[in-house]
Amino acid sequence: MRSPEDDADWTLEICPRKGWFAIDIPEIWRYRDLIFLFVRRDFVAYYKQTILGPLWFLIQPLVSAIVFTVIFSNIAGIPTDGLPPFLFYMAGIVPWTYFTSCLTQTSSTFITNAGIFGKVYFPRIVVPVSVVITNLLTFAIQFVLFLLFLAYFYLNGSAIHPNVWILLTPLLLVQMAALGLGIGILISSMTTKYRDLTFALGFGVQLWMYATPIVYPLSQIPATWQWLFALNPMTAIIETFRYAFLGSGAIQPWMIGISIGMTILILALGLMLFNRVERTFMDTI
Amino acid sequence: MGGNTMSDVVIRVKNVSKEYRLGTISHGTLYRDLQSGWAKFRGREDPNTRLGSGAPAPVNDPSGRFLALNDVSFDVDQGETLGIIGRNGAGKSTLLKILSRVTAPTTGSIRIRGRVASLLEVGTGFHPELSGRENIFLNGAILGMRKGEIEQKYDEIVKFSEIDRFIDTPVKRYSSGMYVRLAFAVAAHLEPEILIVDEVLAVGDAGFQKKCLGKMEDVAKGGRTVLFVSHNMGAIQSLCSRVILLEAGCISADGPAKQVVAHYMNTCLTKTELFSPKNNRDYADIVIEKAIFKNQHGQKSTTFGPFDDLYIEIYYHALKRISKPYFWVTVNSMSGILFGANMLFDDGRPEYIEDHGIITCIFPKISLLPNVYSVMFSIRDEKGTHHLMPAIELGNFYVEGTAEDLHMKGELADNFFNYFHSLIVPYAWRLPNGDLVSFNGYSDAISKPRIEPDEERINPSEEK
Repeated sequence: MRSPEDDADWTLEICPRKGWFAIDIPEIWRYRDLIFLFVRRDFVAYYKQTILGPLWFLIQPLVSAIVFTVIFSNIAGIPTDGLPPFLFYMAGIVPWTYFTSCLTQTSSTFITNAGIFGKVYFPRIVVPVSVVITNLLTFAIQFVLFLLFLAYFYLNGSAIHPNVWILLTPLLLVQMAALGLGIGILISSMTTKYRDLTFALGFGVQLWMYATPIVYPLSQIPATWQWLFALNPMTAIIETFRYAFLGSGAIQPWMIGISIGMTILILALGLMLFNRVERTFMDTI
Repeated sequence: MGGNTMSDVVIRVKNVSKEYRLGTISHGTLYRDLQSGWAKFRGREDPNTRLGSGAPAPVNDPSGRFLALNDVSFDVDQGETLGIIGRNGAGKSTLLKILSRVTAPTTGSIRIRGRVASLLEVGTGFHPELSGRENIFLNGAILGMRKGEIEQKYDEIVKFSEIDRFIDTPVKRYSSGMYVRLAFAVAAHLEPEILIVDEVLAVGDAGFQKKCLGKMEDVAKGGRTVLFVSHNMGAIQSLCSRVILLEAGCISADGPAKQVVAHYMNTCLTKTELFSPKNNRDYADIVIEKAIFKNQHGQKSTTFGPFDDLYIEIYYHALKRISKPYFWVTVNSMSGILFGANMLFDDGRPEYIEDHGIITCIFPKISLLPNVYSVMFSIRDEKGTHHLMPAIELGNFYVEGTAEDLHMKGELADNFFNYFHSLIVPYAWRLPNGDLVSFNGYSDAISKPRIEPDEERINPSEEK
């Protein structure tokens, strides 16, 4: 005899609230095909809708790097640690672009997917995760472009020294993905309630770029203020990337430590809030 | 009660309530929230409080709360086909949304045994740029299928959807019928233990609707469970063994289909003179403010005599300019759709609608037997592919009258109007002795040249 309250073999229980940090990893794993298909969909749809297709991804960092070279190096005369300015800017722009596209695209998760989220269940985190992966493809294209320029400058005898830190690149990517995802889902969770955050975001990202050593090297910052820059987790990432490929920079191990710590903190916070919101956001949107 | 009966329960809904908060919690922007907070802090009046105008005040709302579901409990057994009916806003959609995990309940719990596939709206997750083939895989994955499973079922899905010729065409070129077929085919072949289907079948053509109902029946016969929400009382009765009637968020009846449907048609909806469907957030472009039924004398009424004219006045509020919408009205009896007016067929569309307005649908001389009838209404966009307003119930009306009014001499006629058919059409009986007894204007309606019964009986073959 089983009691009526016997709940041993229910496959699913729907309750008002889950815990703060209840992420069902096995469930996400079960939906891995969906992640893959979302990546495919976004990529294919993007190409079918643009005229220039993948060319667009190449034009954007190229033009930015040229503009930065003219304005910040030639006109403003900001030093670049003795590196060729064009390469210096590009080494900042390529990872920065990956980070910001992860951030801005995941930040609209709930709003752009309201239609589908309102009709069918699947683990919501699948969407931002697939965005991060899709952007990896874009990054790959731009990264190859960067490598081509790197090879060109290297063969022409520029003072650049790619070194063993290059092996850290995948880790840097993972960290940027985690950071972009963390902030993105944090914002997307809040935009379900506060729509005006979306407008603030574009501006915020722009300001953030100037707070990160993209158009200037970290070495230009007085030592007494470097701790402040280290609090920005992107500082260490960009500086490490630049150091690995160009062999010059002012990065220190403690900065990397802070950066990783901040990333983990932000991601955990983002996941927590996302978890809360995904259960009931359909009621507020 | 042994352990056996217990394990047959596949869905256990226990004390589920769902509360929506209306407007008072947040204004949707951080700026306004801060503004309100600041005003409150200084003891001033909240600058963002809505005055008079604004949205219509929610019905049961002293505190800005609205209970869409109120302490609902029920069990569903394995293999059962459960229909869920009720007026718009009774909580049907909320219940389905909670069951399919789109939103969480406010209190209570639901336990489910087995995999759930829900079809709340057709073509969810279809991407217009991708081909039918790619969308099958995408949609299957959204519903929780593994790639291998979809590959296994792929041929069956394509065959069922009848679109094999266009399977590599981007779905943006599909007609809405093809869209529905593909979407239903994917969901139905998922082989879930529990299949939840909302009003989706209202979209496809009659043949395909039948096929879908058949498929759902198969699913149920295969020992799996089906939950079905529909306004089509005919489909509900033919498919469901048990029906739950929701009323204002509570279960007001639960029992055999025929009984509950009859109860619904006769008591629940009677004599509702006016009706205002709640503003559905999913369809934000247009709001139906009210619908009024009038007779040929211009009197507002919900009771009509047989052969009265029926004026259905629909007061809409288009929140933006909508060009060339398709309107669609049907009159339904307990057994399904009887007749209707559909701009998808006649193309009598207005050039555009905006702001407040009325659209009236007139059916002269409604030839209906005394009974209760419901009117359904929906709006589609300019292309006719998407609902601006899904099929909603505008309200019910009665046709009242006695057998005598209708020149019917059957002694038991008055007792049987609620059964059998509803439409009054001209007809005649030719009796074995050759006599022709005709009714409802038969002799005016019959095509000419008339075949005289006597001639035909004497020598039917010589005529040709």
